[in-house]
Amino acid sequence: MSIQVDHVSKSFGRHQALDDVSLTVEDGELMALLGPSGSGKTTLLRIIAGLDIPDADERAAILFHGQDVARRQAGERQVGFVFQHYALFKHLSVFENIAFGLRVRPRSTRPTNQQIEDKVHELMKLIQLESFGRRYPWQLSGGQRQRVALARALAIEPKVLLLDEPFGALDAKVRQGLRNWLRRLHDELHMTTILVTHDQEEALEVADRVVVMNQARIEQVGTPADVFHRPASEFVMDFLGQVNVFHGRIEGGQAVLSGLVPAGGVAKSKQPGHLYVRPHELEIERYLNGTPAIPACVARVNPAGAVAKIALTTREGGDIQVDLPLERLEQLALQPGETVFVSAKKARVFTPDYVI
Amino acid sequence: MAAQHSKSRRATNDPLWLRVLLICVAVGFVSVLLVLPLAVVFAEALRSGVGTYFAALKKPAAWQAIKLTLLAAGISVPLNLVFGVVASWAIAKFEFRGKSVLISLIDLPFAVSPVISGLIYVLLFGLQGLLGKTLAAWNVEIIFAVPGVVLATLFVTFPFVARELIPLMQEQGDEEEQAAIALGASGWQTFRRITLPNIKWGLLYGVILCNARAMGEFGAVSVVAGHRGRTNTIPLYVEALYNEYNAPAAFTMASLLALLGLVTLAAKTFLEWKVHNQLRATLEPTSAE
Amino acid sequence: MKLAFKQHSVLPGFGLTLGCTVLYLSLVVLVPLSLLFFRSASLPAAQFWHAVSEPRVVASYKLTFGASLVAALVNVVFGFIVAWSLVRYRFPGRKLLDALIDLPFALPTAVSGIALTAIFAKTGWLGQFFYPLGIQTAFSPLGVTIALTFIGLPFVVRTLQPALEELDAEVEEAAASLGASRWQTFYRVIVPTVLPALLTGFALAFARALGEYGSVVFISGNKALQTEITSLLIITKLEQYDYAGATAIASVMLVASFAILLGINTLQWWAGRGRLKGV
Repeated sequence: MSIQVDHVSKSFGRHQALDDVSLTVEDGELMALLGPSGSGKTTLLRIIAGLDIPDADERAAILFHGQDVARRQAGERQVGFVFQHYALFKHLSVFENIAFGLRVRPRSTRPTNQQIEDKVHELMKLIQLESFGRRYPWQLSGGQRQRVALARALAIEPKVLLLDEPFGALDAKVRQGLRNWLRRLHDELHMTTILVTHDQEEALEVADRVVVMNQARIEQVGTPADVFHRPASEFVMDFLGQVNVFHGRIEGGQAVLSGLVPAGGVAKSKQPGHLYVRPHELEIERYLNGTPAIPACVARVNPAGAVAKIALTTREGGDIQVDLPLERLEQLALQPGETVFVSAKKARVFTPDYVI
Repeated sequence: MAAQHSKSRRATNDPLWLRVLLICVAVGFVSVLLVLPLAVVFAEALRSGVGTYFAALKKPAAWQAIKLTLLAAGISVPLNLVFGVVASWAIAKFEFRGKSVLISLIDLPFAVSPVISGLIYVLLFGLQGLLGKTLAAWNVEIIFAVPGVVLATLFVTFPFVARELIPLMQEQGDEEEQAAIALGASGWQTFRRITLPNIKWGLLYGVILCNARAMGEFGAVSVVAGHRGRTNTIPLYVEALYNEYNAPAAFTMASLLALLGLVTLAAKTFLEWKVHNQLRATLEPTSAE
Repeated sequence: MKLAFKQHSVLPGFGLTLGCTVLYLSLVVLVPLSLLFFRSASLPAAQFWHAVSEPRVVASYKLTFGASLVAALVNVVFGFIVAWSLVRYRFPGRKLLDALIDLPFALPTAVSGIALTAIFAKTGWLGQFFYPLGIQTAFSPLGVTIALTFIGLPFVVRTLQPALEELDAEVEEAAASLGASRWQTFYRVIVPTVLPALLTGFALAFARALGEYGSVVFISGNKALQTEITSLLIITKLEQYDYAGATAIASVMLVASFAILLGINTLQWWAGRGRLKGV
């Protein structure tokens, strides 16, 4: 089921949580809402679920498959919501937690006890906790509780699955495992899923499309590759992955920034700007060879990893981070204290009102 | 995780009609059951005019009762205050076996009916009691006399200060005291300079409650003092006047106690707030986000 | 290896403070209380039985127990409404109402006793409306129940308030998102979660009501076999110098109170075992 959100705003007292946000979620896709705390992503999710009400606005609309659901209560929207801290019913067993949504159906649509039992067992198998039916939430680990929360949401056969930082409270290893499991589950069920997270690795790994949010607005919507390699704003580039920032000016269509000049780009006039370069987009040479480069002193060489990480300091005291393939490091045989030249293979410039 | 019921949390909001209904029921119930009795005391006391009111207060019997009440409270409260502090130091700052048993024992007077609280002293010191003959021989009067009243008051107000201080000191922990000891302070210095300032609001709170009970105790004192008229505390005097069908005078004396009750309530609310704030201040820096 | 009685601590004064505590506790509380048990234990069984099973005494049990039970139940219902309104809703005078709940704690029992009687007597502020309808609100079991409701209310409200405050809003939202109506959320999720606190409040109010004297003895009327509460009977026996009778009845009351106390502690332990693990 597709979801369309139009011109939604939300403020809590003086704090603006969402500012005129619009978004379209395709049927069956797994979308991640990514951003730092306070960016509004959880608020947006809760408004879609019906747990919070957007501020009054004539243009505001929330459409599920074309139908306006703004009036509907949370229970009527057929959404499965998984809370950050699970919100399991402590006084009910795992079985009863999962069965809850089915037990509270109005008499006319309520399944029989046998049907409920079958459905719950099916779901417990899906979450790989088949024999845990009689246990209580306090007897489960964090990862197990999260799976129960998911099964409970799936039991009501929702059209949309909404997850609020579902793996935030778990260990790194468990998180990784659950992430993969969620993706496989999505591929199997093809249910429209929206995932809120502040962990960019998670978003980029799992989602079909990523929505980067910041300070109550959407910065960019795109595939993981889009937002990482073709960021639309400074914030997006800075938030995702590592980045080096250089300051300088734009002159005559070219950025003259601390000696580094990237290829291409047309600019109107002399303006201040920031040059953003990822560590793997920088190159190190021992001698100047014609391409614009900055001299820098090698501070630290860290070869322990898939790529070698080199930390350098410029004459002005700034820090540069360069990622080199291990073979290239071997070629250069860098030592701390040596002065070398750093050039940019590719870079992005952001000015206050102009982006190259 | 504390519930945050902001207006926009749709799913946790009750419909308006329900809210209004419940609030009305709550306010109505409390008004009839709790507020009305308070109002009646003052209304009846002043019914025969302000002159009668003060005249009733000036009677010698009234003064006797006031003096005895003040004496009983004046002895019980300080004694139980010291006990409370000593007991909470032992319980809150140390780990030892049998601690929960000790705490339950301290709570015992709470669980015992006031009449039984008086009865046990009669059994001990009364004419037919265990020490009755001995006391008669020495011409010492405990039951039906002032000492009995004081003892009974002591018993019923026993746990108040301790009950307040123990959880408070447990929550505050003993790190500050350990630091003081490590810096060379003696036990007494540590208590005076570190512990006392931390517990002062809780201590006051316990004292206020202890005093309210001490001055207002009826059942236990009634048993121990008998209905002889010689040893009356204010509550007993109220009963005596009431049984003589002297309602206005009874309510006049009762209004004194009601005023005490109101002052206690106000002090209690204020001190509760103070204790809460103090706890929050000491705990906040270490609480996890 | 034998477990040490006390863990090592750098703080001084353990021996002194513990010693004083135990000494004072024994002198003021334990010795007198145990005397009661010894006295009743030394009674010949027949005499004991006779004392506690007199018709007058049995009538007082029925009244005391019955009225306390009804009062505690009424407090559970209304106390819940009061606690819910105080915790969940904002309305003018809320803070004042909250402070007033403790009035029965702060007001001396004799004062509440005569005040309640004045209100509910035939010519009283409220009694004047009830008597013409044939409802005797004073000098009757109903009067006793009203007085016991008065003193029991704070117990229910004060035990419920923290439990309601701790309710996780997300759990209610989860129930709503799963399709539960507000009512279903209430009785399937909210009530089971605060049930331990509710039961504790009930038990505390009940236990207090059983032993209550001052607030009740004026409004009860004290007609033998009809409106005498057990506490009053103990005093009556004492005034007749029937120490044995008084002791016997008192020990029955004590046993009942302790049984309830034990029940409360067990309840709190049972409710706590899930919480201790933390969810």
